[in-house]
Amino acid sequence: MWKTVLRRILILIPQLIVISFGVFLLSHLMPGDALSGRIDPSLDAAAIEAQRERLGLNNPWYVRYIDWFGGMLTGDFGQSFIHRRPVTEIIGERAVNTFWLAIVTLILTYLIAIPLGVLAGRYKGAVLDKSILIYTFIALSLPTLVLSILMILLFAFNLGWFPSGGSVSALIISEGNTLVILMNRIYHMILPAVTGALLGTIGIIFMLRANIIDRTYSEYVLMARSKGVPSKVIFNKHILRNSLIPAASGFSLVLVFQLTGALFIEMMFQYPGMGQLFFSSILMRDSAVINALIIIFSVIAAGGMLLSDIILTIVDPRIRIK
Amino acid sequence: MDDILLSINNLRTSFRIDGQYYAAVDGVSIDIMHNEVFAIVGESGCGKSALSLSITKLHNMNYTRIEGEVNFNGQNLLDLNESKLNKVRGKDISVIFQDPLTALNPVIRVGPQIEESLTYHTNMNKKEKRDRAIKLLSEVGMVNPELTYASFPHELSGGMRQRATIAVSLACSPKLIIADEPTTALDVTIQAQILDLLRKLQKETQSSIILITHDLGVVAEMADRVAVMYAGQIVELASANDLFKNPQHPYTRSLLASIPNVGEDLHRLNAIKGIVPTLMYMPREGCRFSHRTPWIDGSMHEENPDYHEVRPNHFVFCTCYKDFYFENEGGA
Repeated sequence: MWKTVLRRILILIPQLIVISFGVFLLSHLMPGDALSGRIDPSLDAAAIEAQRERLGLNNPWYVRYIDWFGGMLTGDFGQSFIHRRPVTEIIGERAVNTFWLAIVTLILTYLIAIPLGVLAGRYKGAVLDKSILIYTFIALSLPTLVLSILMILLFAFNLGWFPSGGSVSALIISEGNTLVILMNRIYHMILPAVTGALLGTIGIIFMLRANIIDRTYSEYVLMARSKGVPSKVIFNKHILRNSLIPAASGFSLVLVFQLTGALFIEMMFQYPGMGQLFFSSILMRDSAVINALIIIFSVIAAGGMLLSDIILTIVDPRIRIK
Repeated sequence: MDDILLSINNLRTSFRIDGQYYAAVDGVSIDIMHNEVFAIVGESGCGKSALSLSITKLHNMNYTRIEGEVNFNGQNLLDLNESKLNKVRGKDISVIFQDPLTALNPVIRVGPQIEESLTYHTNMNKKEKRDRAIKLLSEVGMVNPELTYASFPHELSGGMRQRATIAVSLACSPKLIIADEPTTALDVTIQAQILDLLRKLQKETQSSIILITHDLGVVAEMADRVAVMYAGQIVELASANDLFKNPQHPYTRSLLASIPNVGEDLHRLNAIKGIVPTLMYMPREGCRFSHRTPWIDGSMHEENPDYHEVRPNHFVFCTCYKDFYFENEGGA
């Protein structure tokens, strides 16, 4: 199996080259560059030209592409002209926030989805099942933006239980007690994480419910019943276990979604993660950051797929990757 | 009679469709003797499987109503609750299912699936259960039982999987094995092997088998007695010899006539006209086979059909057997 993993990682290299080329091309099709519009108009043309030359903006596209791509391989994503800092540094700060938010969201997602999916599947057609389905349909039809606003309105403004945004209170940072800071960070994470989890559960609930119903009527369950196995054991051993397999492989897909797609949630909750950075960079045409983030998101997505496959081979004996 | 192992009395199994119950098994009475192979034959949709699952109430009882009696060991199985039934299921009465591809849990190794019934019906410890499972696997003809014990179902061929399910059903040496079309999903050479195996095991263990099948060849090879089922009712009951030598009921005769003979030059196969009516449109009065033999004078049928003993222990339902002739034979 490890051979396959290695091969999949090697396949990633040409994929990355294609993606990076596309990203590079698109960002250069945008009008203007780092210097246009940000320079004192009274500066004389020769000085601007000298700057362009110094920054390498006058080089042919392939030289600039190779420069950029080569830098990426060494972890150097270039400079942000907006923030006037290295892109790697900016993203590094944000990535930590996004990572922890994604982990908390993921845990909450499964904590909500598994019991609900199992209950809905087990008591198919009952009132409980129907109310769970109603919840999923509401969550499915609510756009992230609307749900986020509702959550902020209710829990931050009306009830005042949670902060409406940010990742940590400035006052607490200055006090400097590590444990207090940690608790404060978690406190800020709860609202965006719950919002993300409420939306992320839908797919898992549907999948679990359908799987459980399907397995309940399978022939091997009938066979187990004909052996005299008590129904509780049948549910836990024959139905539940087989139904959780697809949900387990969905784990990394949810993680990828949270790492890359939590854009709207981070934006609405003013949570300083990669999604919010991505959004603000697009608004400010900070192409160095945009390009770097797209590349990072691609790597995360590809890694997530690979992780899914690895998890699947571990939990399902029928699947072996060769 | 002390010889009776299981006595089914006026069994009626109905399924709920759109809020209404329709009987798929409609008043079946049969006695299964000790140490016999009892075959139930009929087309698809005749209620054979519905009957076999009713014996230990394996249907989804939310949608099923089972009436009548299934007497076994001095108790009516239909009166028992789920936990008492679980003491009978697998221990005294076990089932072999049609499709070995789906009857085994795909993510549990074969061995533990055999041990599962031992867990609930015996006090064996881990080692004893393992030994028993390996012994069973070798009894059903596995060349390397230790290897099979640790295999997942998908690692076995279809025939081997059916052998494994047979091992599962034999685990607690049941008195009765219900084999629901055990060879339908297998190819012909494997079918013969599985049938040989079933017969050999039946002789060794002195248990009884209810063999559900639509294959008359299987019946001829295996069965001591045969019940022919049509539209939820038994239309003919006889010893296998009697039935093949002297078929009486029009349905039985049509079934036998529909088997093509090798070497016979046929332009068309002798199919039985029409199909078994679906549950919702099944005629509930008179002779149910009458609408598939429209050339027979309606007065030949009994209004309320009953069983007639045409020979000792050979029963036929309805009087139409007396004057039956095939359509292309012309009037009698």
